[in-house]
Amino acid sequence: MSGYSITEPSRYQKWLAGTLVIVYALITLMPLIWITATGFKSSSDAIAYPPKVLFEPTLEGYVNLFTSQTRQTQEFMEANPPTTWYEEIVREKGMVIAGPSRFGERFLNSVIIGFGSTFFSVFLGTLAAYAFSRYRIPLKDDLLFFILSTRMMPPIAVAIPIFLMFRTIGLSDTHAGMILLYTAVNLSLSVWLLKGFMDEIPLEYEEAALIDGYTRFQAFYKVVLPQAATGIAATAIFCLIFAWNEYAFAVLLTSGTAQTAPPFIPTIIGNAGQDWPAVAAGATIFLVPVMVFTILLRKHLLRGITFGAVRK
Amino acid sequence: MSESAMDRVAKATPPTIARQVKGLSDRAIAWIFIAPTIFLLLAVNIFPLLWTIWLSFTNYRANRPNLDVKWIGLRNYERILSDSDIWLTMQATAHFLFWTLLLQVLIGFALAWLINRKFKGNDLWTTIIVLPMMLSPAVVGNFWTFLYQPQIGLFNYVVAFFSGADPTSFSMIGDVALAPWSIVIVDTWMWTPFVMLICLAGLRSIPDSIYEAAECDRASKWRQFWTITIPMVLPFLMLAVLFRGIENFKMFDLVVQLTGGGPGSITELTSINLKREAFEKWRTGYASAYAIILFVTVFGLASIYVKALNKVKER
Repeated sequence: MSGYSITEPSRYQKWLAGTLVIVYALITLMPLIWITATGFKSSSDAIAYPPKVLFEPTLEGYVNLFTSQTRQTQEFMEANPPTTWYEEIVREKGMVIAGPSRFGERFLNSVIIGFGSTFFSVFLGTLAAYAFSRYRIPLKDDLLFFILSTRMMPPIAVAIPIFLMFRTIGLSDTHAGMILLYTAVNLSLSVWLLKGFMDEIPLEYEEAALIDGYTRFQAFYKVVLPQAATGIAATAIFCLIFAWNEYAFAVLLTSGTAQTAPPFIPTIIGNAGQDWPAVAAGATIFLVPVMVFTILLRKHLLRGITFGAVRK
Repeated sequence: MSESAMDRVAKATPPTIARQVKGLSDRAIAWIFIAPTIFLLLAVNIFPLLWTIWLSFTNYRANRPNLDVKWIGLRNYERILSDSDIWLTMQATAHFLFWTLLLQVLIGFALAWLINRKFKGNDLWTTIIVLPMMLSPAVVGNFWTFLYQPQIGLFNYVVAFFSGADPTSFSMIGDVALAPWSIVIVDTWMWTPFVMLICLAGLRSIPDSIYEAAECDRASKWRQFWTITIPMVLPFLMLAVLFRGIENFKMFDLVVQLTGGGPGSITELTSINLKREAFEKWRTGYASAYAIILFVTVFGLASIYVKALNKVKER
């Protein structure tokens, strides 16, 4: 018997729906494809009219992104022939490499602050979520709502007193300050998501462990934690993506040593205005990890973006 | 299995004492687990909030820390509420909120409805559509200024290609009439997938049996859509609007990078205006009052909305 069902869409309907969705997906992907492509264009190809779809790829943008360059005299150029492929690319424009650019540092800052704050918010969030999930706590709902409400404040509004506080205790423009701040901002997400994941772990496992003579604490880290591992990993990735993308606090509270990549990338400039191939190269390097994580996360995506309010 | 002395003692004692011998009490564990989170949030959210409230009654300026701080009562609040510029930024924010929410709900729902036709490969395409919303708004917003350039931008070229207009004849972020739409377009591009994902969850939560019953009663597809699909998805849709509404009310990074509030102050949303007052004009006391007003507004609107949402859910 054929599996005919009145609620199953017809083949024609499926085909039409599929086509429309794919068309939308391709349009939505265009800016991202354009960013990636621009990173491999020469500076003249990047600003050509009409916009070039086919072009000769070059690493000029990437070289500009990672190096700082100066103009040098003809004698200097002749006395010091280029020794590396990237030096050659720069020489073609009549410049020489003076040293590495700031991009590497800023990228590293993003990595340190992102992973640091993710570790702490997931660590604290796991403990709090377990307690909220398993124990009777007075005013539990109010506490949980309080934790969520910390996310409703516009970041600029919070930034005023944080700015003064950091200035007073010397945390302005430090990694520690940014890690502390992002940990606090991510805690609401981490507690809510992890509580959802832990609520789904059947109580029976722990009860069995307690009967077997485990203490509550042993039951927590030997039984519940391994069960919650997927949830913890998904939560960690969401926290990491938030800290990675964050801009408002970063631009207001950091200027040099602890500046992350998002405030830095838009300030990459060339001879005339923004050096678009270099900006696009920086953006590509910065965005690709998030795209990879998004694909890994796709099953938990809905949960993450709604703070656990909607589960599939 | 051999028993340790500890276990034997534990077994011989009554259960509550046994637990204390073997580990901490439940209550102690609960508090030890929750305390660091609450403490950190008090230090980084509540303490600053109280500080902001105090500052909002003063004339403090953060760029002149040595100046005497004077208590000026409600004067900051009076000045903000009677300032016509602030009402203009509120209008800009309202325009941005209204159009982004409307477009995202319409397109997001339509996409979810199409994806729910379960065509081959729908999971793959859903993942692709979702990509923009996970990316850094500042970095992406900055790149959109390149796409919007009249001479060389891809956006203008594509629009010109389909409409026949001259691509250099309009500038999305330079033109007073177009700039408010330039931020609506990018925000819609980024966040439509968010609404789509939530709607999709809503659509998938409707059991087939309801449609089968309606089919037996010979309800038309059109009628099924309005009496089954829409009411069942509505709570999900409203949740999506709540999230997007709060986020877009706070909107800063994307728009600052796109238009910087310009041209003039036509796209100066409240967050951008607040940043100017606090970190460019350094009117800290005034900006604090402004921040409190914004917070109360978001909180108030969100609470009313959540009540409405709960009513819809109960039906």
